Amino acid sequence: MPELKPGEQIPEVRVTPDKYLTARYAGASGDFNPIHIDEEFAKAVGLPGRILHGLWTMAQVARAQTEAAGGAARLKRLKVQFRGMGLPEHEVLVTGTVREETDHSTVLIDTVAEQDGNQIIRNAEAEVSV
Amino acid sequence: MPVNTKAIGKTYEPVTYAVGREKIREYARAVGESDPVCMDLDAARAAGYADLLAPPMFAVVYSAPAVGPPIFDPEIELNFAMMVHGGQEFEWGQPVVAGDEVTTTASVKDISEADGRGYYVFESVSVNQRGEQVCRGTWTNIVRGV
Repeated sequence: MPELKPGEQIPEVRVTPDKYLTARYAGASGDFNPIHIDEEFAKAVGLPGRILHGLWTMAQVARAQTEAAGGAARLKRLKVQFRGMGLPEHEVLVTGTVREETDHSTVLIDTVAEQDGNQIIRNAEAEVSV
Repeated sequence: MPVNTKAIGKTYEPVTYAVGREKIREYARAVGESDPVCMDLDAARAAGYADLLAPPMFAVVYSAPAVGPPIFDPEIELNFAMMVHGGQEFEWGQPVVAGDEVTTTASVKDISEADGRGYYVFESVSVNQRGEQVCRGTWTNIVRGV
């Protein structure tokens, strides 16, 4: 496990959501908004096509923190801003940098998720126990 | 048209969600969870959990049903067709494992307007069957063209 010291980067997470991911995530999460699962509906409301669930992308940001910290139970707080839209079949890249230790057992991490160079989650802040 | 702020502080009926083992597995697969304590019962028990551990963002699954009613509350007059999810915060407390019953209460934290956009901020507080807080969520929805 990497040391989570101020200034250090956390290991990046790269994941490419496949064509059917939004359908699986809709079932898993209960969010069946048609903009995520119906190509024709999404285009009819002015989107380029079906878009990723923001909360799925947030879960990738969460996973980058918990993998860096050594377990799913280590994430104590995560705050994100959603911007733009994520698309299926395009790689999502999550990166982060440790900002500071808040005490001996907790660090704050600045983190973002981008796709094709656009930040789709920005100004995110994670509090992780180490 | 100014946003209607009279519902600030309004609290909704609590919603109880029973956390299932296979639901945790289904969710964990959909988000690519890599921690075995979320998928493998032996690993979870070896780590001291009574059953599979819910990944942190599983908070969406148990708390979202409580956040639906305020979004569609006619008193709030939120234009759902023009809504985008602007921001989200979760703060986790006690771990959630399969078999838990999580009760979530949603409330309207703030409604405001800036630059022709309406900002609707809802809060969800989730507790387990022992009354311990497992998660607090802050859901910021932005409505264009208010």
